[in-house]
Amino acid sequence: MSKQSVIPFGPQHPVLPEPIHLDLVLEDETVVEAVPSIGFVHRGLEELVRKKDFNELVYVVERTCGICSFMHGMGYCESMERIMNVTVPRRAAYLRTMWAEMSRVHSHLLWLGLYADAFGYENLFYQCWRIREKVLDMFEASTGGRCIFSVNKIGGLLKDVPDDMLKGFKISFEDIRKEVKVIADTFLQDLTVNKRLRGVAILTKEQALEMGAVGPFARGSGVEIDLRETGYSAYDELEFKMCTEKDGDAYARTKVRIDEIFVALDLINQCIDKIPAGEVAVVVKGNPSGEYLMRLEQPRGEGTYYLKANGTRYLDRLRLRTPTFANIQPMVSILKGAQVSDVALYVLSIDPCISCTER
Amino acid sequence: MKDISKSPWVIHYDGSSCNGCDMEVLASLTPVYDIERFGVINTGDPMHADIFLVTGGVNKLNRKVIKQIYDQMPSPKVVVAIGACACTGGVFKECYNILGGTDTVIPVDVYVPGCAARPQSIIDGIVKAKEVLKEKCLTEQRKGGSNE
Repeated sequence: MSKQSVIPFGPQHPVLPEPIHLDLVLEDETVVEAVPSIGFVHRGLEELVRKKDFNELVYVVERTCGICSFMHGMGYCESMERIMNVTVPRRAAYLRTMWAEMSRVHSHLLWLGLYADAFGYENLFYQCWRIREKVLDMFEASTGGRCIFSVNKIGGLLKDVPDDMLKGFKISFEDIRKEVKVIADTFLQDLTVNKRLRGVAILTKEQALEMGAVGPFARGSGVEIDLRETGYSAYDELEFKMCTEKDGDAYARTKVRIDEIFVALDLINQCIDKIPAGEVAVVVKGNPSGEYLMRLEQPRGEGTYYLKANGTRYLDRLRLRTPTFANIQPMVSILKGAQVSDVALYVLSIDPCISCTER
Repeated sequence: MKDISKSPWVIHYDGSSCNGCDMEVLASLTPVYDIERFGVINTGDPMHADIFLVTGGVNKLNRKVIKQIYDQMPSPKVVVAIGACACTGGVFKECYNILGGTDTVIPVDVYVPGCAARPQSIIDGIVKAKEVLKEKCLTEQRKGGSNE
């Protein structure tokens, strides 16, 4: 039994794009305990319900996170539409679904790149980000933004996408599918990547269920949970399969995310094929009154939106519960017993989004 | 003091950004936008850095971190505030935990506007920061402060 020492990890650290702080209690090179402390990105966004009215709040909620920004706006708008009994036109629902899946593709590519960088494969990092830029170009062409899109509003969308552009997207996504196939082969078959990821950061199915892991982190451990199956937006009319793996290690999580990119590309194709013609927004009048809890599947897992309105322009309460919030606790508990050089692989394998978590 | 503005090293710290500007800073380091063609390289160590890129507003907890990174950087140094939040506090200005832009803690030399700031404007900001760095090098030279 050797002496214990404490090493701080973060908030400013080369592998962390975002600030999270962990106090690692070490015995020699082995972690015996990890104590997370958060709050470096806390802004107090939920308090803005008192200062911005429910229409302006769409733009605030979108800025919860710059990676899944579209899904945050969509979650807020969909729950508000249910409070106000508004049905959005089908074309708007399909476009929302398409953009949501495009967000998933770019978010997973971003994570694959960062993860490749964390295990020392810089070339792969750049390849992933190169492909991601093509998705962002399509976002820019259709919405006008690269990170923050601001196309959602309560009652539908602010802009329509011409059919010609959608046809063009279909061709571009075919190219992207081919390129992703190449990097997917590297991730899944390369000997060095396999040796680095297999058996690292194992979360068993029991642990995942007990501690409430969500998203690809839970699906990598064999938990079948995917909120797209509840059929919000246009998901009820689209066909897709849930991606799960049994091993529960970092490799399984990588595989789940790579499979999900292909599923998302399929879903985008289906959206473009099935999209109906028509309006993209309906006129919404009056102030909301009532409450609603909405759950949707973000790239990192389940996001929950709770809204309570009181019949005035300002809401009573807005509560966001984001996937990383649920995933930090299981991540910290599996850190026990890790080698200190593997800590970055453990932390990044949950795809942490700290600015979502702390809002 | 030699002119170091031809190959400045940058350090990036995410204050309380929403990740938007954060990812755009990373995107401008990757080959599609590639700020390395201006001689810039990204480092994780404040003691190696000449240009400090800050995204996001300042809150009660991270003001110490930003100040500490700034103090650890060797002089001359340039600070670039990237995005609306780092410039003024942005959309979160009215939140209880946001104290304001980066300039509430450390002096800022270049402001890059935008929500989220586009890679093109980030590149522009870094090129401007290089000019400021050159200016600061010359000033130190005239003072004769460093005899390297």
